[in-house]
Formats: sequence, structure tokens, C-alpha cells
Amino acid sequence: MAMSPFFTLLRRDMTLALREGGAIGTALGFYLIVIAMLPLGLGPDLNLLSRIAPGLLWIALLLSALLSLGRMFETDHEDGSLELLAIGGTPLELVAAAKALAHWLTTGIPLALLAPLLGILLNLDLSAYGVLVLTMLVGTPAISFLGAIGAALTLRARRGGLLLALLILPLYVPTLIYGIQAISGALLAGQSFWPSFLILSALSLGSLVLGPLAAAAALRIQLQ
Amino acid sequence: MTNQSITQKLANPTRFMSLSGAILPWLAGLAVAVIVFGLYRGWTAPPDYQQGETIRIMYIHVPAAWLGMMGYALVAFSSFGLLVFRHPLADVSAKAAAPIGAAFTLLALITGSLWGKPMWGTYWVWDARLTSVLMLFFLYLGLMALRSSIEEETLAAKLTAVLALVGVIILPFIKISVEGLSIPWLGLEIPAWNTLHQPSSVFRSDGPKIHPSQLYPLLYCALGFTLLFFALHMKGMRNEILRRRVKALRIAEVDRARAAEAAAPAE
Repeated sequence: MAMSPFFTLLRRDMTLALREGGAIGTALGFYLIVIAMLPLGLGPDLNLLSRIAPGLLWIALLLSALLSLGRMFETDHEDGSLELLAIGGTPLELVAAAKALAHWLTTGIPLALLAPLLGILLNLDLSAYGVLVLTMLVGTPAISFLGAIGAALTLRARRGGLLLALLILPLYVPTLIYGIQAISGALLAGQSFWPSFLILSALSLGSLVLGPLAAAAALRIQLQ
Repeated sequence: MTNQSITQKLANPTRFMSLSGAILPWLAGLAVAVIVFGLYRGWTAPPDYQQGETIRIMYIHVPAAWLGMMGYALVAFSSFGLLVFRHPLADVSAKAAAPIGAAFTLLALITGSLWGKPMWGTYWVWDARLTSVLMLFFLYLGLMALRSSIEEETLAAKLTAVLALVGVIILPFIKISVEGLSIPWLGLEIPAWNTLHQPSSVFRSDGPKIHPSQLYPLLYCALGFTLLFFALHMKGMRNEILRRRVKALRIAEVDRARAAEAAAPAE
């Protein structure tokens, strides 16, 4: 069955991520351990934890997703396949988009699905589970696609991992703010869920465009 | 020659060096004179009826915040010039502007927190405008960190330019998400994340909402600090050009020494 280069690449990257196992497992494990450490630092006050749980879950998710971003182009750059992809017929923008999408499917979605489970540890209100997962599923594409920019920019930098976090975390501010606002909008009386949720969706859709364009520009500069 | 624009004429670093060398002392002198005059006017302006003497912090805080934003715009503009027009001085400009813009942003944060202590009772509050200026500072840090962590200078220049352009696209979204947005005639109202800060009192559709006795010193200070910014920027660009020349000379020196070594008969 003939497949377009985009889907071939997507399937290849997902297969690699799943077979290696390490990447997804590490991100999920990191997410779990960060959330488990928080009550140790903040104290076991269940009322406090349940009040700040959505924010903690979102921030820890950002950090966990950051961990695996650095690998997005690195392995392909090391073994030279990135150069082959660059001189192939597929535009580099599509290559970057396929890799970012693979990152979202193998990291963003698993993390978002793990979040409610971790919510139990933080005494998250039961009524918040659905909206928490929904905002995370809608918001995480921005993490992967904006993250692709950082991964491409730091490909040949020293201390790439730390640098990536410094470059990319400020770009996640709007996603974080509207993700949290949508959740509190759904939970608190007198606030509405939809405006924040729609802005969150718009941010993700915008990042689908900006991410691959900027990442491809950064890759092209380095592969010249 | 006649149909060259000013930016094309300045593309020759030698011409830029001679021109900026002539302008810089005057620009720097004017900046100092206007700042001294503006600060003097600020010092002698009447204290605010609510904020008392602390209003005088504003004469530094507000220009610093403006210049922090202008600096990022200048970095982004120069980055665009580098990536699109490949202007030879564009990267020199972007590289020189980033630390200056970051310094003014930091100055705005520090003066803001000094003002916040008597007014809000604490040095730092998670106020919307403070937060968005802090994020601007982080974007500057990212630019400088990325540049310093890539060895090859042309590569570092282009990648930093890409980051600056991404930053300038996302910056409005960061600002709106933190500070909110209100466009009455479109019926658009996005609430701020959290705010204690007083809204801007100079740029308003219904005219400046600040007493002339305070407005004029502020404008003098703004003008003076803007002149200072450009004087520093010009000096920074000159330093960068000289540094690159020294580096090129050193490399040439090493090459010459190697060539002489290779040509010398083995003993």
C-alpha cells in the first residue's frame, strides 16, 4: 500500500518511539515522580492540593514533555538521515510537522491520559477530570509543535537540553494560562469554559503552522 | 550610487564605522544632556497627591519599560534584515541590541519592584504587566543563551534570528494572555490574568491621563533614555565590527604562520 511520505515518516517515528520505549516511559515516569514529590514539598494538606492540582498537573506535564523534545531531530541528525530527508522530495516543513505530530501522539497524548490518574494523588475534584483531560488533549499539540522549533534551534548547540527549556518555556505561557483558565472556568460558578477553551484551541492550531515553518527554517540553516 | 537607500549605503562596514564615529560623541553628549535635564525636571516636579515622592521612580521606570520593548522590536527588525535581505550589518545590530534591551527590561523590573514595595507592600507581585515584562526578559535571555552556545558565528547569528522572529510572533500572545485585551468597537474583551498595576496613563485614546507637570519630565526622560539606547547600540555595533576585524586578523596571522612553517625547509 502506497503511503504519502508524510505518513511514512510519521509511522516510522512512532514505531521508533514505541519500540525504543524509553522515551515514553521516561516522560511518564518523570511526570509521576514530579507529582509524587509535590505533596512532600507542599505538605499533605488535601484542601490546598486539590485547589492547586490543575496548575500542578499542567506545569509538570510541560516539564515532562520538554524532556523528550530534544530527541526530536537529534537521532536523525546523528545518523545522517536528517540530511537525506532534507535533500529528498518532501518539504522540510512536512518533515518537521510529521516529527512534531509523532511527538504529540507518543508523548502529549499519553501524558494527558495519565494526568487524571495523577490527579488522584493530588485530591483533584472528581468533576474536574473530564475537563482536565480535554484541555490537555487540546493544548498539548502546541507543546509539541512549538517545541519542534526549540529542538531544531538547539540541534548543534552545546548544553542543548537546558537551553531548549530556556528558549521554549516562555513560549508556552499562553497555552498554560488558557489551559488553567478553561479548567477553572468549567469548575467555578460565574465563569465560563468556552472562551478560554477556544483560545487554547486557536493557540494549538496557530502553533501547527508556526512550529513546522520555523523549525524547518532552523534545520535548513544548519544543514547548509 | 544615487538610487541606493540609506540602509544599503550603510551596508559597507567601513562607511558605517566612519559615519558612526562622527555621530557617536554628539549622540552620547545629547543623551546625557537630555537625561540630566529630564531627571532635574523630574526631581523638581511636584510629588503626586497619592503616590507622594515615589512617583519619581516613574521617570526611570516608564522609559526603561518602553525601551525594553523597543529593543526587542529592534532585534526582530534586524533579524528580519539578516534572514531576508542578508544585510551585512543586520546581525551586528541584532547582537548589539539584545543585551541593551535586556538591561533596560531588567531596569524596568527592578525599578518596578522598588516602587511596588511602598505601594503594594511587597517587592514582587504577580501583576499582569510585571509578569509580561518578566517574560520579555526571559525571551532576551533565550536569545543571548542560544547565541553564546553555538560556536560558529554565522550559524549562531541565523539561528538567533529565527528565534527572535518566533519570539516577536508569540510575544503579543504572551502579552494578551497575561494582560488581557479590550477592543470595545469589536466587542472583544479578553480579561487579564491578574492585575494590580495601574493602566498605561500616557498612551490612551482619550489623551494622556497624567498631569503636565509630570508628563513633560517623563517625556524628556523618555527622549533622553532613547538617545542613550541608540548611543549604546551604536557603540555596541562598533565594538562588534572591531571584534570581528580583530578575529579575522588573528586568523590571517595564524594562517600566515602556518604557511611559513610549511614553506620552511625541514631541519
